[in-house]
Amino acid sequence: MGSRASTLLREEEIEEIKKETGFSHSQITRLYSRFTSLDKGENGTLSREDFQRIPELAINPLGDRIINAFFPEGEDQVNFRGFMRTLAHFRPIEDNEKNKNAAPAEPLNSRTNKLLFAFRLYDLDRDDKISRDELLQVLRMMVGVNISDEQLGSIADRTIQEADTNGDAAISFNEFMKVLEKVDVEQKMSIRFLH
Amino acid sequence: MTWSVFFTDSLLCRCVGITVTLWWTLLIFIIVPAVLGVSFGIRSFYMRALLKIFKWATLRMEIGAKEKNEELYKPYSNGIIAKEPTVSLQQEMQALRGFASSEFELADILCFSRRGVESIVDDEVTKCFSAQELQSWNLLTRSNYNFRHISLRLTVVWGLGVLLRYGVMLPLRVALATTGIILLIVLSTLVGCLPEVQLRSKLSEEVHLMCYRIFVRALTAIITYHNQENKPRNGGICVANHTTPIDVIILANDGCYSLVGQVHGGLMGLLQKAMVKASSHIWFERSEAKDRHLVAKRLSDHVADKNKQPILIFPEGTCVNNTSVMMFKKGSFQVGCTVYPVAIKYDPHFGDAFWNSSKFGIVTYLLRMMSSWAIVCSVWYLPPMNREERESAAEFANRVKSAIASQGGLVDLVWDGGLKRAKVKEDFKKEQQKLYSEVLVGDQDMGDQYRKQLLEET
Repeated sequence: MGSRASTLLREEEIEEIKKETGFSHSQITRLYSRFTSLDKGENGTLSREDFQRIPELAINPLGDRIINAFFPEGEDQVNFRGFMRTLAHFRPIEDNEKNKNAAPAEPLNSRTNKLLFAFRLYDLDRDDKISRDELLQVLRMMVGVNISDEQLGSIADRTIQEADTNGDAAISFNEFMKVLEKVDVEQKMSIRFLH
Repeated sequence: MTWSVFFTDSLLCRCVGITVTLWWTLLIFIIVPAVLGVSFGIRSFYMRALLKIFKWATLRMEIGAKEKNEELYKPYSNGIIAKEPTVSLQQEMQALRGFASSEFELADILCFSRRGVESIVDDEVTKCFSAQELQSWNLLTRSNYNFRHISLRLTVVWGLGVLLRYGVMLPLRVALATTGIILLIVLSTLVGCLPEVQLRSKLSEEVHLMCYRIFVRALTAIITYHNQENKPRNGGICVANHTTPIDVIILANDGCYSLVGQVHGGLMGLLQKAMVKASSHIWFERSEAKDRHLVAKRLSDHVADKNKQPILIFPEGTCVNNTSVMMFKKGSFQVGCTVYPVAIKYDPHFGDAFWNSSKFGIVTYLLRMMSSWAIVCSVWYLPPMNREERESAAEFANRVKSAIASQGGLVDLVWDGGLKRAKVKEDFKKEQQKLYSEVLVGDQDMGDQYRKQLLEET
């Protein structure tokens, strides 16, 4: 669609999204235009099929996990607010200083929240732990048929061994954060949205 | 009482009479030059006047928005996000973990997730299949995103525009198009009845050009042809980027081509039958179209005959929105003859020519075209290209595509136009997985060993 984009989105809604996510007015209208162009059913929500229609996402080995991150537990449709909330994780952290509207206590794009997003990509059953099984499944998604089960198993074992500090053979969110301590998460997980 | 009725009756008659006379005058005024191939330059004057009005309209909207202290929605044609220059997955991974280690890290997922979300926000393919967004308003409701900022003055101008377009231009254009179609069918059939081959081919060319000139005026198409010395010759194939079925009219206005397509029923079928009587076109039955060898054979037979006109083919296979060029199907490049590339670029300000076939049927589309201001485009004839010794048909196709893209100022994409309707092939995902595995394992051997094992087991 693209046409009538800004007229269907009310000013109050734009303000609310601005406060919640920190995006600017023009960024929100442009992202809304994108949202409507993906919404083939024209019902104001996106389904998983709408995402899978994007070829570059469909060939991403973790495409399905990323799509899943947009949908709350047990739901099959995501509306524009939910869409923006998830995208907000990828705003650069520097942008927060420029934003005059004070963001809430913990902005969606803080380092912790970015890491939480990444953690949830691994945590398939949403029980706040990455088990060996879950890690294996995600690894299998990333490498396809090119690595043997044994090799993948040893990679998983090594990773859990290095990360696990409380001996429960699973990686909790705190252990995950510790492992990624030195990684420049801010830069690796930020998308430069144009103003 | 009766006197007033009588008065209004004669007044009505007079009005109708004048309208009809005006009508016929206009029609003759447009068709005769078309028949003779003469132009008065009215269309370019019209174009310049329109541009001035559009600038004024956009200015008014900006002023309106400022008064209300709101922002005007300005679509950015260069995207929503600033993308890093495309680094390969390997390079990105190595940068992430330092060149030493090639083992799996939990942080690897960050690369995948960022790329994934980037493609959700802005990807190359999805935006090829919807109409372009304009920077300035062209007084058409269909391309306006700032309804709230229209002042009274602007509304009046817009209203006049609607009256002009739907009241005067549309009926005129439909009349012209109908005349053109009738002439094409009748004259082609007549010419086809002539026994003498030389005379027949000469006359069929004249008929062809005349009818397409009428069609061009029916659409108010303002076309600029560049480099006409490179025009396609007999025994070759002309390839062009595809935006709309009108592409055929744009090109056929300047030269005679043999068209390729599926046999249709109804009016289209009638046209096809009439055209094939006068000159040779290649029409396929639906079942034949699937048979690649048959298609290739008919194409090569046609180009082998030097008396036959060049074939016009659109290798993308589907309509793309004129901002990019998508993958060229290699079929026409396997025939082995000279290829004449042509780049067509439309100016969307006067009417967006892109046919979004999932949104509009062909009749709705044509009506939209005929109720736009005009269709303005540039056609560049590129120097002929031949397949080189070591080049495969697919590589040749890509080379031609790049040439067309750079001339027309379009983005050169490797994605298949078929993605408009179909899902992307699994193979591409497997390729990405393979690339990542190579980063992990470091060398090929481990992966190869495992695959060998798999093959032996099956």
